Amino acid sequence: MTIHEHDVVVVGAGGAGLRAAIAAEEEGADVAMVTKLHPVRSHTGAAEGGINAALRDGDDWELHAYDTMKGSDYLGDAPAIETLAQDAPEEVIQLEHWGMPFSREDDGRVSQRPFGGLSFPRTTYAGAETGHHLLHTMYEQAVKRGIRVYDEFYVSQLAVTDHDDPEDRECHGCVAYDIKSGDVVGFRARNGVVLATGGDGQVFEHTTNAVANTGDGPAMAYRAGVPVEDMEFVQFHPTTLPSTGVLISEGVRGEGGILYNSEGERFMFEGGYANNAGELASRDVVSRAELTEVNEGRGINDEYVYLDMRHLGEERINDRLENIIHLAEDFEGVNPIDEPMPVKPGQHYHMGGIETNENGETCVSGLYAAGECACASVHGSNRLGGNALPELIVFGARAGHHAAGRDLGTAEVDTGPSARTETEDGLDTPVEPGALDTPDSDVAADGALVEPVELVERAVERERARIEDMLERDGTNHAEIREDLQETMTENVNVFRREADLKKALEVIRECRERYQGVAVSDPSRTFNTDLIHTIETGNLIDIAETITLGALAREEFRGAHWRQEHQERKDGEWLKHTMISWNDGSPELYYKPVVLEGENKEYEPKVRSY
Amino acid sequence: MSTQIKERDTETESESSEESEHQTRRLSEKRERADMKERADNDLSEHDETVRLKVFRYDPEVEGKKDPRFDTFEVPFTKGMTVLDALIYARDHFDSSLTFRHSCRQAVCGSDALFVNGRQRLGCKTQMVDLEWPVRIEPLPHADVVKDLIVDMEHFYDQMESVEPYFQTNELPSGEEQRQSRENREKVKMSTRCIWCSACMSSCNVAAGDNEYLGPAAINKAYRFAMDEREGEDMKAHRLNIIEQEHGVWRCQTQFSCTEVCPKDIPLTEHIQELKREAVKSNLKFW
Repeated sequence: MTIHEHDVVVVGAGGAGLRAAIAAEEEGADVAMVTKLHPVRSHTGAAEGGINAALRDGDDWELHAYDTMKGSDYLGDAPAIETLAQDAPEEVIQLEHWGMPFSREDDGRVSQRPFGGLSFPRTTYAGAETGHHLLHTMYEQAVKRGIRVYDEFYVSQLAVTDHDDPEDRECHGCVAYDIKSGDVVGFRARNGVVLATGGDGQVFEHTTNAVANTGDGPAMAYRAGVPVEDMEFVQFHPTTLPSTGVLISEGVRGEGGILYNSEGERFMFEGGYANNAGELASRDVVSRAELTEVNEGRGINDEYVYLDMRHLGEERINDRLENIIHLAEDFEGVNPIDEPMPVKPGQHYHMGGIETNENGETCVSGLYAAGECACASVHGSNRLGGNALPELIVFGARAGHHAAGRDLGTAEVDTGPSARTETEDGLDTPVEPGALDTPDSDVAADGALVEPVELVERAVERERARIEDMLERDGTNHAEIREDLQETMTENVNVFRREADLKKALEVIRECRERYQGVAVSDPSRTFNTDLIHTIETGNLIDIAETITLGALAREEFRGAHWRQEHQERKDGEWLKHTMISWNDGSPELYYKPVVLEGENKEYEPKVRSY
Repeated sequence: MSTQIKERDTETESESSEESEHQTRRLSEKRERADMKERADNDLSEHDETVRLKVFRYDPEVEGKKDPRFDTFEVPFTKGMTVLDALIYARDHFDSSLTFRHSCRQAVCGSDALFVNGRQRLGCKTQMVDLEWPVRIEPLPHADVVKDLIVDMEHFYDQMESVEPYFQTNELPSGEEQRQSRENREKVKMSTRCIWCSACMSSCNVAAGDNEYLGPAAINKAYRFAMDEREGEDMKAHRLNIIEQEHGVWRCQTQFSCTEVCPKDIPLTEHIQELKREAVKSNLKFW
């Protein structure tokens, strides 16, 4: 049995993973990154917009924090938000010192531009490819430092002790499947494991996320006892191409692009959805308007609406929106100079995730999380554009530093079941959520009593047996299950959420879980068996889908990205709290912990979110 | 010619006696025409609905796949369908062991460079309607095949990492950014768009014959730093040394195949040529 030993093991090598690995290395740790892709293939590379950071005179971190809190619809935690705003400038300067090719002003300084919801133009960018440059710049630095990368290794299990209380548990490493050779190997992490696995958009049928964004980190952490937080908050982007989910930037509407329905009506105005802002209303408003049009029979092919920019003229389009022409042509076969582009809302970003504090720590000691897979929480119920990339570098760096032993002070955000102030016991679900046979979890039996290396070895053995079983038996192909899961999520837990639909989704998810028990991998090969990888991923998607739906059913209010037909108001009296779900060894438990609105120098006062 | 006319004449003259024969022939001609039309219609509707893929298959350890072969898949065609969409459909509906790399589906992750109808292309940004059907899909040439459409990328990564592909400078301002002119940023802009897909390396005849040749992508990476004014003149000289080595820029025979296949439109050959000129200039300085 192969067990690789390192001080810090980072799972995932996108923006957060790379920054965490570099930080741990800066601190003197022996660090390794384990990723199911190669680092430069990570989905951070698809981010277009930019990095919010208060760099200039007239701006300061407190304004950035205020904007972020307001954008979160008062569901972000002040200590995390203020950490983001305080650390972002230094991190952006650091990226520049590593050579990142930012766009420049005439005086040679890095450019910043205005973005939605910001009181100052503080979005630092590198063309329309900010994420690509951030990812490559940091990978270059990882190469410079000789940081070990295990690429095309799929981490599928954590090695966590089985103490009854998750807060007593310890993480000593993880288990990975070597995709090229088919070996199951262990990773022993002497100091800590940092989860940086990115998004989980593949839960939905239509998403801007990569095929690899399957929520592996949140699913593994959840089953090992770490609570997931605010899972119901999913951001949907209003303009994605129907056939692939490729994003068409807000820039098209910013330049004057218009939306119309099958009857040729400019519905944002004519339908009364946003009489002032029209097409430029916020993402959630436009997404809901588009789907209302389609649901009421005014969509094209009962699926999408048109985004038209032909009237801007070829010259202006070429000058300012050239990349949109390529995107529409390459991915939809439409030339937007001659034809309107079909668009519909698509899943874009998950605000919820693994519960952490502002140092990236989870309640399980030795287990960290950073980036989109984590929930610190900075975005609350709605993420502002330009706030995802600073989250990666700020919290990636903090998790890496902390795991390698740097003292970052005591965190203010409480984690783990002990932070609970209220238990949800009245949730009416049509089927039992969680494992089919309880108890069931990813913690090692008797794990509390054995040596760390032995704990990792046992986890490897368990995973090897599970994989052998899936390879050898006959049964259902995972693709059918995944398709049904994605379909029900997009149909019932999308932009519009109704109680009956959410319950329907829970039933379908349960069916998927039952069918998954009989799942089998038909490719018998040990070489690059993607059938096996996708099968394991589908299991993770089922757990994630269930937590999103449970959270959505529990939260009886309308806040940020979460819209409920039966509850059309933001209810601050009752709902200024985080929805927490704990796996509880297979019997999920819902509880709440309060939002922290007390900042370093002030208390944030919830106000109406209007722009 | 004359014989034909004569026959026709004969036909006309003896219409009544030849009627049945004539009618038979006419009917059979009509039938033939109808059959042809039906076949054409069928072909057309087939083309409207499904596209045929001929996909390279190989697995070193699975019986029946140890010898490379081509499998045929008939995939329902939809508007906007890309080569990657078709492969995903074939995998999810016909054969879950069909193996290929893919992730972002939008030409930034660089995972799915393939040899499609005899040319290096990204599967995700190649529209089916732009190709001749049936569509032949193979792994990238000039790389070891691991399985089906997957090639071993290690050599490509080694070459990329051999040119010190990271920013290096000894002078950094404290607490603020370095200055860079807009012109200089513009100069390196195209070179920074590389997504490491290795289409260029696969298309290069020189790289195919000389395994140590750095290749277009690695040289472009060196260009990206050598031309970045923030690194300073000393570092530029160091970088020119690296690309001037025996298997560096001078191997390029300016065939432009790399530039033609680059999915990010990076003028690779021009960048290599410019480095050659820079290297000559800097050598002249020393002598």
